[in-house]
Amino acid sequence: MNCKVQIDKLNIHFGQTHAVKDVSMDIAANSVTAIIGPSGCGKSTVLRSINRMHDMTPSARVSGRIILDGSDIYDRSLDPVSIRRRVGMVFQKPNPFPAMSIYDNVIAGYKLNGLLVKKEADQIVESSLQRVALWDEVKDRLHRSAMDLSGGQQQRLCIARTIAVRPEVILMDEPASALDPLSTLKIEELVEELKEKYTIIIVTHNMQQAARVSDVTAFFYLGEMVEMGPTKKMFTTPEKKQTEDYITGRFG
Amino acid sequence: MKLKSLALRKSFNLGATLLMATATILVLLPLGIIFSHILKMGLQSVNLAFFTNIPQPTGVPGGGMANGLAGSAIMILMALLLGLPVGIFGAIYLTEYGKGRLATVIRFSADILAGIPSIITGMVVYTLLVVPMHGFSALAGAFALALIMIPIVLRTTEEQLKLVPVSLREASLALGVPMWRTSLKVTLRSAMTGIVTGVLLAIARVAGETAPLLFTALGNQFWSRKLTEPMAALPLQIFNFAISPYEDWHQLAWAGALVLVVLMFTLSLAARWLGRSRHS
Repeated sequence: MNCKVQIDKLNIHFGQTHAVKDVSMDIAANSVTAIIGPSGCGKSTVLRSINRMHDMTPSARVSGRIILDGSDIYDRSLDPVSIRRRVGMVFQKPNPFPAMSIYDNVIAGYKLNGLLVKKEADQIVESSLQRVALWDEVKDRLHRSAMDLSGGQQQRLCIARTIAVRPEVILMDEPASALDPLSTLKIEELVEELKEKYTIIIVTHNMQQAARVSDVTAFFYLGEMVEMGPTKKMFTTPEKKQTEDYITGRFG
Repeated sequence: MKLKSLALRKSFNLGATLLMATATILVLLPLGIIFSHILKMGLQSVNLAFFTNIPQPTGVPGGGMANGLAGSAIMILMALLLGLPVGIFGAIYLTEYGKGRLATVIRFSADILAGIPSIITGMVVYTLLVVPMHGFSALAGAFALALIMIPIVLRTTEEQLKLVPVSLREASLALGVPMWRTSLKVTLRSAMTGIVTGVLLAIARVAGETAPLLFTALGNQFWSRKLTEPMAALPLQIFNFAISPYEDWHQLAWAGALVLVVLMFTLSLAARWLGRSRHS
């Protein structure tokens, strides 16, 4: 297995709260890994540590190692900004930039960094929107506000914005939980396609979704990783009783 | 529990309604009195000469407050140049970076600064700038106005920045945009209309300030040629003309008061309109 992200004895504290306990997991390149578990189990917290989003929270303390392609992203010599360019993130609630047009939202990663060459912009916008299957729906109104789009379209726009900067890993924090079933389906199909080029880690509340989209599933409970394995096996013959109880809907 | 009789309840309701109506009228009354009085006294003297001429000696017709208007505009502009960066960057620091002791100290200082009577600000600037520079000057006046502006701009900007959802900052950070660029290009820009509203209100506030200018800009009967000279300002001229013994100067003071009040009304209305158009 070609290991893209290796999490090694990760512990995360918020003040006195020990939110993530000794989590270790290996994530293969070009695969979809789903993290499931009940609310408050630490799954989003783990996800957000993979692109150092906790740096913004003064009370958060992260220890352990997260190795991306052989180097520890928490190494002092590494800038979180350079990590985030390689590890993109899609959030639970679609969050396009409200003051920007659809077009500008797609290239926001370049624009906000002052990096854009005008010539390339059109091409980046078109290919990114094609990729998330949004191009045909918006190509006639690229310069209208992104807020005119439906929730599902906004979320696909956010994914387009994320892949426009060509990350290697995409983190998705319950990307479909605020969407209707049809939009959810579209996002799931998209995840399936994106894994050809990217390594995807997706946190989800929805077990069916994990079963549908992921290759590997990790089950978290109370800040610990209970079990991780091939999705098919996790949903048919899990090793731990807790996993089975959760998956069969006995709690959570 | 025993229910009160319907009649009693109705009369109580009527009494409360009347009380509230009276309170409302009492709030509106002073504004109405001030505005209508100024309008009555000042309107006849507001003419073209008021906006184009400088004050004339008493008895000479056609005097105006052109130098005061220009002086006020110049000093407010300079005060903005000094005060806006400090206020806005201070607010960015408070909301985006400062989480510890220093932030609390800054916030507290700003509140204290906002509460300092403006005449004291004028006196302090007098000793800080006027005395060392050996003279009253527009610079000193602008500096005093800036000191009054800073806490207003700082706190309103801070409030507006706090309203920007965390999810927007995260969206930007997750794209590999550094924190400082996120603060300027996403957070600050999203809050821009609210900040402009705050700045307009700050301008309206300092435009009418007289006390801090008494010891700093001093006022000038003529055009000022340099920023290091005493400079006229609208509220100063109103003050000087109003305390003079001459009837024609009183007239001019009323005209100045009217212009000042209309200016402040306009600024407040513009601020409200901006604030509202953002929410709809």
